[in-house]
Amino acid sequence: MKVLEFENIGKLYSLGQVGTGTLSRDLTRWWHTSVLKHDDPYMKIGETNKRYQKGNSDYVWALRDINFTVNQGDVVGIIGKNGSGKSTLLKILSRITSPTKGIIRSKGRIASLLEVGTGFHDDLTGRENIYMNGAILGMTKQEINSKLDEIVDFSGVERYIDTPVKRYSSGMKVRLGFAVAAFLEPEILLVDEVLAVGDAEFQKRAIGKMKSVSKEEGRTVLFVSHNMNSVIQLCNRGILLNEGELILEEEIGEVTAKYMGSAVSHTEFNGIDGDINSIYITKANIKSDNDLEVNYFHTSSKLTILLEVVIKKKLSGLAVGFNLLNQFGATLSRSDFNDRNNEYSLDPGRYMFEFQIPPDTLTYGRYTIKFDIGQIRKTLPLSHSDLHFEIFRSTETQGPIFMGQHPKVSSLFRGNWIKKTICLEKL
Amino acid sequence: MNEWDQIIKPRRSWFDIDLRAIWRYRDLCMMYVKRNFITTYKQTILGPLWFLIAPIFTIVIYMFIFGGLAGISTEGIPQPLFYMAGILLWNYFTECFGASSNVFVSNANVFGKVWFPRLVVPISGCITALFKMGVQALLFVVIYIACSWINPDLRVNIWVLFTPVLIGMLALHAMSWGLIVSSITYKYRDLQVFIGFVLQLFMYMTPVVYPLETIPEEYKHIVMLNPLSSIFETFKYGCFNVGILDWWGLLYSFMFMLVVTTFSILIFNRAEQTFMDTV
Repeated sequence: MKVLEFENIGKLYSLGQVGTGTLSRDLTRWWHTSVLKHDDPYMKIGETNKRYQKGNSDYVWALRDINFTVNQGDVVGIIGKNGSGKSTLLKILSRITSPTKGIIRSKGRIASLLEVGTGFHDDLTGRENIYMNGAILGMTKQEINSKLDEIVDFSGVERYIDTPVKRYSSGMKVRLGFAVAAFLEPEILLVDEVLAVGDAEFQKRAIGKMKSVSKEEGRTVLFVSHNMNSVIQLCNRGILLNEGELILEEEIGEVTAKYMGSAVSHTEFNGIDGDINSIYITKANIKSDNDLEVNYFHTSSKLTILLEVVIKKKLSGLAVGFNLLNQFGATLSRSDFNDRNNEYSLDPGRYMFEFQIPPDTLTYGRYTIKFDIGQIRKTLPLSHSDLHFEIFRSTETQGPIFMGQHPKVSSLFRGNWIKKTICLEKL
Repeated sequence: MNEWDQIIKPRRSWFDIDLRAIWRYRDLCMMYVKRNFITTYKQTILGPLWFLIAPIFTIVIYMFIFGGLAGISTEGIPQPLFYMAGILLWNYFTECFGASSNVFVSNANVFGKVWFPRLVVPISGCITALFKMGVQALLFVVIYIACSWINPDLRVNIWVLFTPVLIGMLALHAMSWGLIVSSITYKYRDLQVFIGFVLQLFMYMTPVVYPLETIPEEYKHIVMLNPLSSIFETFKYGCFNVGILDWWGLLYSFMFMLVVTTFSILIFNRAEQTFMDTV
């Protein structure tokens, strides 16, 4: 059953300073639309929203020709880069601004969690603020009365409930605000990156609540986030926006894949990195067994790292390997070509080393591979050949995650990753 | 088959106003009243007593300047009582006007996050002001009783029962002008600068500190152009049984109020749709 329908939604924003020359512009607009019955002269020159390009017009379309429908019980992830129009979309839907053109039809109460705790007043007690906030979100006094105990309970600030909120910690305010919103029970819930605030426990609770709202109560959720992992976790459908236009409306896996394909990754190196007189890298890349995954991988993918090294002269105590770093720069693991044998040197030549990271070894997150070549304890400083990639939670299966649930967890272990060493060419 | 219960579209019509929504949000309105009340007087020692202290000071100053220095007649009514009557209504007017005149700017924070009928805010402001006026009305009654002790001729007439209507008219006048101002100032802030000045001038064009009777004939019609004049005059007529009851003036004020209220709601409704992109 359709509960939400967007038809040709467009939103025009004016750039630059508001307040200079607006009166004359307003008068021009009024003259054209009301007196001459023409189209709005400023609307034609609106451009697509390319924030990094200098435009010719003072007006841009923050959203343009947005068409899509949402069925009951869908959890729709709205994704896109900064400035792609995600928040504008939610603002229009929650009636904070009106669209410049188009029409939205909806069924049932829409409530937005654009920011929790809206309308909280520092001098009012927690209890008074529950009533105030609830009323702002559209609840009647009766509704709040009937849910007050649950709200207080969920918020976990029972002890402070009759204390003015100015004595609350900021975390307590957020909890209280979210508790009110969580019991609002709208048919359509809009969520805009609330998960960015609050501690881990709060985020978990918020995600859990959103899940139960959609799965058990059959409510519809529109969720804006930059965190692909929580989007994949929560949503079943996705919408990809780019510069105010709708690029893709599909099952969430495909939408995130498309979005991530455009994310910053560096999975291939071609060039020379090292010392051209002794040993250097000419080629390095990381690939998945799934051909569709180019710049990103899933936790279930088998990753293959290929490294081509030219050895100019025979070095004793040869080191060829890499460090795997997590997104915070901590070393997680190290792998060497001679991990499983006792070779400490190779004849001059061009070599290809193949390393393999089995499926479900790395948890989701961003990783860096830093190669390390030279002699033991005298490796060369390399930088150009670093590979960067991102691993996402698999959509279909969720295999064992050895390193815990969180990408922040770092681990130092040496995996059995080196598979073979082939001499391609004797020099 | 599909029945949509909400449709969002660019509202181009001036008359696309959802007044029923305000009724649905009446609980919010009362919460705002409660909030206004609590927040003004929390952490003050005297609390609502400030409602009384301010007008007492004003009376003393008026007695000194208008009664003493300028020697303006009060038509035989004891000065404190006469000034209190004017202050009572005028304070209510400015209070309502103030609550409505910067709705957008001072609530931009909340308005930017949630939608609810924006009119709830000025309406709750006028209700809050009503409580304040209620307290001051008590002071007025006390002064009245005290003065009738000294001046036994002082008595009310039947028109005193008309007071609630007068107050309603006053509130609507104040709110409408406030809404118009707020609908303009959110975009063109220049107006805010001289609102205070205009309000001051406006007080002297209203029979607050003087009875209409004392105005020379040639200026009287200017004062009567002010739709508030007959409200003030009728109130004093009802309370003190002096002066004249101007039916035409009241009717004029009433019609004026209807027109300006309608206009203000239209313009406010219009502003409501665009202001978030401007503030």
